[in-house]
Amino acid sequence: MIELEGLTKRYGEKMAVNHLTFAVRPGIVTGFLGPNGAGKSTTMRMMLGLDRPTAGDVRIDGQHYDRLKDPLKYIGALLDAKAMHGGRSAFNHLRCLAESNGIPRSRVHEVLDTVGLTSVARKKAKGFSLGMGQRLGIAGALLGDPRILMFDEPVNGLDPEGIHWIRNLMKSLATQGRTVFVSSHLMSEMALTADHLVVIGQGRLLADTSMAGFIRENSRSYVRIRSPQRELLLDVLHRAGVTVVETGSGTLEVDGHRPEDIGELAAQHRIVLHELSPQQASLEEAFMQLTAESVEYHAHADTPLGTVPPPPAGERRGPQWGTDWKKG
Amino acid sequence: MAATQVLRSEWTKIRSVASTLWTLSLAAVVTVVLGVLISLLSKNEFDDMSAKDRLSFDPTFISFAGMSLGQLAMIVFGVLVVSNEYSTGMIRTSLSAVPQRGTFLFSKMAVATGLAFLVGIVTSFVAFFLGQAMLGSHRASISDPGVLRAVIGGGLYMTLIAVFSMGVATMLRSPMLSLGILMPFFFLISAILGNVSATKKIGQFLPDQAGNRIMQVVTPVDDDVPYGPWGGLGIMALWVVLAVASGYVLLKRRDA
Repeated sequence: MIELEGLTKRYGEKMAVNHLTFAVRPGIVTGFLGPNGAGKSTTMRMMLGLDRPTAGDVRIDGQHYDRLKDPLKYIGALLDAKAMHGGRSAFNHLRCLAESNGIPRSRVHEVLDTVGLTSVARKKAKGFSLGMGQRLGIAGALLGDPRILMFDEPVNGLDPEGIHWIRNLMKSLATQGRTVFVSSHLMSEMALTADHLVVIGQGRLLADTSMAGFIRENSRSYVRIRSPQRELLLDVLHRAGVTVVETGSGTLEVDGHRPEDIGELAAQHRIVLHELSPQQASLEEAFMQLTAESVEYHAHADTPLGTVPPPPAGERRGPQWGTDWKKG
Repeated sequence: MAATQVLRSEWTKIRSVASTLWTLSLAAVVTVVLGVLISLLSKNEFDDMSAKDRLSFDPTFISFAGMSLGQLAMIVFGVLVVSNEYSTGMIRTSLSAVPQRGTFLFSKMAVATGLAFLVGIVTSFVAFFLGQAMLGSHRASISDPGVLRAVIGGGLYMTLIAVFSMGVATMLRSPMLSLGILMPFFFLISAILGNVSATKKIGQFLPDQAGNRIMQVVTPVDDDVPYGPWGGLGIMALWVVLAVASGYVLLKRRDA
């Protein structure tokens, strides 16, 4: 169990993390989602006592990180794959960590085996690929057999086989009753692994909800229509009071109406339809919509977060999507 | 968090990187070889020296002449031990494992200091005996007054140089920046300040100028240095304490 209470980090004028309050519970995979630069890594560093919060508090099983005796036995973390001395062998890297926390050397062999690095255990870490480095980092996180595990962007730069392996690992760790907290900037990745979702944007908490709840609340359904009699159809829909969005590729999108209604309306006016399909916006879009709102929220600071209207449908696929996303 | 666990971990860390072996053996070899060569040259030149120079002739100190270059390798050792953590990103892993930053830093320094002392003291004795062997009839004996103190002092001097470098590297974090400041300082700037008459008064209080007093047995003629061998080493130790304390305070305060 990790508990954050009003956690805040300010760098000069910039609020990197702004009053975050949430708890990460055991037994499930909690996804920590936000665009690049949203403050995910800063939050995780504060959880580990690496960065000092400007205000607020983080507790690991009720204790401050630096009060934990042998912290690797409580919480294991993968922050970045290359947080190790490249001149040291994989075995010696893990051995240093194990010794500092009173973990027996046999455990080093065990975790090397778990992540599949036994054959290269005596090789220097600088010769490792990104995927191997990531595995070594995960071995370090598993070393103390901790009840809490934390992974910062674990699938970054991995091949499909590695991604698959990490997903299964996280799920099995959660099934064993451990607390698993994993960050990502990819909603699609979270959808496959996380049971619970904490979304932040610009350092603020945007959502703290179950994965299913998030999908229900944030996904948009609409009807996609293609017709050779496009102008006529537009005219008919307009007269019926149906709002239509024209997309660049010549298809039309309609929000808030059932495909049956649209089909019947078209039939009445003898309009030929080539496509009439119900669509569900992807989770990626739902996530982008949510974080796009966090930008809007800044512009109208007096509007409560929950009541901010979604941006007009026509703009949802505009080029402004993602332009606020900072690399970092 | 038991300190013995962290000490053991730091011992594994320091043994498992190649730079430890390279820097320490370079420090020893350069100090000894250069000391031998300079001792040999000094013996051959003794007969051409002025009476004043002969009175100031200090065979013990001459056998440590290689230390002026050997200490640079000691500086690299001290800097790398600390700044390796930062340049590789290992520091975040290390501090996650050992969040008590004082325990982390002082365990690391204790291990590295012990190793530097061991290498320093062995180097100092070897440099002395080989140097004296080269000096022939002008040699000093280990049983002469002040000589044993100077030889042990040589080991202490090298150790303190390494610890000072560790303190500076803890402050600056970057290996390039640390070396870029320490190397020219100890190789050039300190020597210049100590030899130019206008700055001599300040120069003699710099860590290396004050510290290497411990290796002198014969006080030079018209010497006006206001401290003795142990006083000089004390001044150097104060510099070391200052560097380490500043490094500790910064490490404690900073985000990793």
